[in-house]
Amino acid sequence: MLPEKGAGAKPATPPKAAAPAVPAKPTGPVPGAWDSAMVARFKRQYGSGIEALTYLGQNYMVVDRSLIPNLLLLLRDQEKFEYCVDITAVHYPKRERQFDVVWILYSFEKNERVRVKTMIGENESLPSSVEIWPTCNWLEREVFDMFGIRFEGHPDLKRILLPEGWRGHPLRKDYGIIQQDKEWVQINLGIESGQ
Amino acid sequence: MTETVKSLSHLELGERDETFLGSNELIINMGPQHPATHGVLRVILKLDGEKVLGTECVIGYLHRGVEKIAENRTYSMFNPYVDRMDYVAAVSNGLGYCEAVEKLLNIQAPPRANHIRVILTELNRIASHQLWLGTHALDIGAITPLFYTFRDREEILKVFEKYCGARLTTHAFRIGGCLYETYEGFERDVKKFCDFVQPKIDEYEELLTTNRIWVERTKGVGVISAADCKALGVTGPVLRASGVKWDIRKAQPYANYSEFDFEIPTRGAGDTYDRYMVRMAEMRQSLRIIRQAVERIPEGPIMAKVPKVIKPPVGEIYHSIEAPKGELGYFIVSDGSTQPYRVRVRPPSFVNLQALDSMVRGQLVADVIAVIGTLDIVLGEVDR
Repeated sequence: MLPEKGAGAKPATPPKAAAPAVPAKPTGPVPGAWDSAMVARFKRQYGSGIEALTYLGQNYMVVDRSLIPNLLLLLRDQEKFEYCVDITAVHYPKRERQFDVVWILYSFEKNERVRVKTMIGENESLPSSVEIWPTCNWLEREVFDMFGIRFEGHPDLKRILLPEGWRGHPLRKDYGIIQQDKEWVQINLGIESGQ
Repeated sequence: MTETVKSLSHLELGERDETFLGSNELIINMGPQHPATHGVLRVILKLDGEKVLGTECVIGYLHRGVEKIAENRTYSMFNPYVDRMDYVAAVSNGLGYCEAVEKLLNIQAPPRANHIRVILTELNRIASHQLWLGTHALDIGAITPLFYTFRDREEILKVFEKYCGARLTTHAFRIGGCLYETYEGFERDVKKFCDFVQPKIDEYEELLTTNRIWVERTKGVGVISAADCKALGVTGPVLRASGVKWDIRKAQPYANYSEFDFEIPTRGAGDTYDRYMVRMAEMRQSLRIIRQAVERIPEGPIMAKVPKVIKPPVGEIYHSIEAPKGELGYFIVSDGSTQPYRVRVRPPSFVNLQALDSMVRGQLVADVIAVIGTLDIVLGEVDR
C-alpha cells in the first residue's frame, strides 16, 4: 500500500482529477429552452423581453428590466407564485450591466419553483416589490446593504446587517475580503482595525 | 397589488388609548444583551403603557460575512463555515450545502450515505427543538423544562461526538456523501436513544401542555394567519401551526426522505401554543423517521465518485431543505473555477424574524418575549 501511495499515487492523481474536469467543460449541462404554457403566455404578452431557460431541472426566466414590477405581479396573481422565497444579486464587474438580480419564487398550489433574473447597471435602480410580497422588505434591504442596488418605492431602504454609517457594499467583487470602513471602525470602536 | 398589503392592514392600530396621563408613549430598547432575545438581537419597542404599538429589529451584531467568505474559499473549504450559521442545527446546514453542490456537480450521494444523513439530520432536528423548548419555556417562566431538555439533548450530542468527534459544529457531511463510516454500535446507540427519548417527550408535554400558566401565556399570543405567513415568507413550524401543510421533505423531497413514512403535523390557530404543539409532534415524527432509517441502512459506499478538485461547470443552482426552523436555501453560482462565484444563503430565521412586528403589535410587552421564543430564531443565522 505505502509504496503505491508514495510513488504511484502522485503521478496517478493529476490525470484522475483532470479526467472528470476536462470533459466536464464541453459536456457539462447547458441551459436548455424551457417551454411551458406559462412561458408561452408571457411571451405572447411581452415578446422578446423574456428568455425562458432550464438548467439541471430548475426553471428560470431572464427578463428585461422594464418588465420587472408587472411580470412579478402577474406571477403572483395569475400564476399563483404567492411565496417569494428570496431576492439576491450577483455582481459581474466586467459586464456592461454589472448586476444580476434574482427573485426565487414558489407556488404552493403548483408545488413549483421559478427564478426570475434581470440585469441592471451600476447606477440603475429597480422598482421595489414590497407591495407584491411584504417579505421583500428585509430581503431588498439586504441586497441594498450588500450590493448598493436601490429599490424605488421601498418604504424604508436602509442598511440591515451592516451599521448605518458604513461605507461600501461588501458583496461587490471589487470589495476586498479584508477591506473595511477604517474610519467607521476608528470612530465607533476606538481601535485601529477590526481585523 | 394592494391586496396582500391589505391583509396585513389589521396591524395598523387605530387611535391610541388615551389614559388619564394623556400621552404616555414610550420608546424602549430590548437587547442586544438580553437573555430572552436568544443572542444579540436588539428590538426597539414603541409602547403605550404595556401595549406594543410597533417594533423595529436591529440585527447584524453577529454578521461575519459568510457569503463573502464563501467567494474566497474552495467548495470544500467553505463546508465547515455553514455549520456556524444555525449553530444549534449544524447538521441541517451541512446537508443543505452539500446537496446543493452535489446538484451543481450533477452527482448523487450513495444510499448508505443518505441514510446516515437522514438519521443525523433528524437527530439534530430533535436537538434543535429541545433547545428551543427549554429556552422558550424558560423565557415564559417555566424553569424545569430547560433541565429536562438539556439533559436529553446531551444524548444526541454524544452520538454526534462518537460519530464525528464534534458535538455542535459537526461538519458531519462532505460533498458527495459522508466522510466517516458509522462507528461500532451506531445503530444500537440511535435505537437506544429513540427508546429513551420517546417517554421524555411525553414528560415535557406533561409539564406544559395542560399547565394553566403555560396555556394562559401562549394561547392567542402572537397569532399569525396562513395568508400573512405566505406573504411574509414565513416557513417551518410557524407556517404549519397556521394550518398550511407544507414541508419540503414531502413537497420536494431531498436526500431519501421519500422512502420514509411520516406525517406533517399541522394546527390551525397560528398562536404560540399551536407552534409549541406542532414542534412537539415534529419531534415524534422525527423519531419515526430515525427508527425506519436505522432499521434499513443499506451496505455500500458512503461517498460518491467526486473529483479531487471540485470544479462545477458554469451554472447556478438553488437548493433548499427543511431545516428545523424553516426553508433553508442555498443559491450557488459557479463560474467553472474551484471557488464559488457567489453563495447566497436563504436563512429561515432571518425571514421569520421579519414577522415579529406583525405578531406583537397590539399585544403586551411580556408577549414580545414569548413571540421571540416561539419564532425559534438563531442569531448566527439571522446575521450570517
